[in-house]
Amino acid sequence: MTKLTFIAHDGTQFDVDAENGSTVMENAIRHAVPGIEAECGGACACATCHVYVDEAWTAEVGEPEAMEEDMLDFAYDVQPNSRLSCQIKVRDALDGLVVRVPERQG
Amino acid sequence: MKNGVVIVGAGHAGVQAAASLREDGYDGPVILIGDENELPYHKPPLSKTFIKDAEAKPQPLRGEAFYTGSAIDYRPGIRIDRIDTGRRSLEISGGGALAFDHLILATGSRPRTLPLPGSDLSGVLSLRSLADARLIRDLSAQSEDVVILGGGFIGLEIAATLRAAGRTVTVVEAVDRLLGRAVAPVVASHVRQRLEATGVRILTGTSISKLEGENGHVVAAITSSGERLPARMVIVGIGAVPNVELAQAAGLTIANGIRVDLQMRSSVPEILAIGDAASYRHWFTGGDVRLESVQNATDQARLAARTITGHADAYSAVPWFWSDIGDMKLQMVGLTAGGDSHVVLGDLPGNKFSIYHYTGDRLLGIESVNRPGDHMLGRKMLGAGFSPTPETVAMGPEGLKAALAAFQQEEPARAAG
Repeated sequence: MTKLTFIAHDGTQFDVDAENGSTVMENAIRHAVPGIEAECGGACACATCHVYVDEAWTAEVGEPEAMEEDMLDFAYDVQPNSRLSCQIKVRDALDGLVVRVPERQG
Repeated sequence: MKNGVVIVGAGHAGVQAAASLREDGYDGPVILIGDENELPYHKPPLSKTFIKDAEAKPQPLRGEAFYTGSAIDYRPGIRIDRIDTGRRSLEISGGGALAFDHLILATGSRPRTLPLPGSDLSGVLSLRSLADARLIRDLSAQSEDVVILGGGFIGLEIAATLRAAGRTVTVVEAVDRLLGRAVAPVVASHVRQRLEATGVRILTGTSISKLEGENGHVVAAITSSGERLPARMVIVGIGAVPNVELAQAAGLTIANGIRVDLQMRSSVPEILAIGDAASYRHWFTGGDVRLESVQNATDQARLAARTITGHADAYSAVPWFWSDIGDMKLQMVGLTAGGDSHVVLGDLPGNKFSIYHYTGDRLLGIESVNRPGDHMLGRKMLGAGFSPTPETVAMGPEGLKAALAAFQQEEPARAAG
């Protein structure tokens, strides 16, 4: 199990155990983290699972691929550390990952 | 007002309606009734990732924690026999009644069936539910030959998925092109070419006259021209019909779906209908539609919750839709039926392009293949009421973005969103 921390927009913190191979988005949904809608279920088709990756983790998480970047372009309040959480797969190296949820999706 | 809201149907629409009622501050009981024994799940992955991977799990729409944390009383495995509109009460199959202040019918649609000799053989399947997807996944693991009846989105998504998993796949479509009227001919022929390049066999203008079986299991499909297509599995994907029976028996107005107004109210005002089962006058085209899409389901759900909580917004969401067929991410925005001209951006042979459809000088919608930026920008443009000229479209995404920004500055009242 890999530990993830979600920080909702109101500051509420969710510490969860995630299975490797699952996506960060799936774990947010499982634990009802507010502000992650994930309307398309992980198809990279809706841009409603936008998160900010904690600065300490951006290098390990990596950059979005071109398709994700195009979708992200239209998310609300995009920052350099923005990612779509359905495109981040949980793995050992992400143990301790912290992501923040934006004020709103889209 | 304390019987609360009962929602019949726990698909995308029903679950979103429950969530939106709470987000909008509704504090009465919210009871969500589903006829499957599952935590409500995403349907689109069923024709794609789910059936190719024996280990894949269903993707819940919301975690269990959501229902308990939001005081949503989810009741799985329940069927409703009848709506008593006078008493505002539901009869539960097997006994019991459930009273409501408001009822939301999110009953969805079901696969159209094909009256065909042999269609009752085992191995003849259609895809709607998780249970269907599990059957397809299990059977495809032991079926070399698969025949898919219907060249629509579901059929082609499954065809691409099973072909990638090494099956011999034949798609049989009765009309002379794929994807019906859902996309432009140029998109349909592009999809066909790419699927054929992967080895999917596609027969258009062809129907199936009968299915042959051995020991009760399908072994072949016979085409109208007499060809025998071996098949251990036949998947029927020829469209869906709305589940209107409950509403119809209760006397609600039906018109290709449960007829609703722009606040999602049926002909009985405390009964609302949303999603695949609802038909309505569309703000964008002025025509009557019934849309089968996640976007339509969830946006109508949000609106139904607002109607119940005392707002009177009219439905005005921009329609959008996606389909993943092999290496093609198709994204559609707007409603393009009735278009009389179009502009192409991008690179067809490179598998990355968008088609901008017009009627006169009005942009009706955009179909994109592997150009998600065009799609997202299209959602913004149509949402803002902005119709770029074909010349502006030809300038590409940067020119379009600038033109949209200029439009929104001129019309700040419309710039929201």
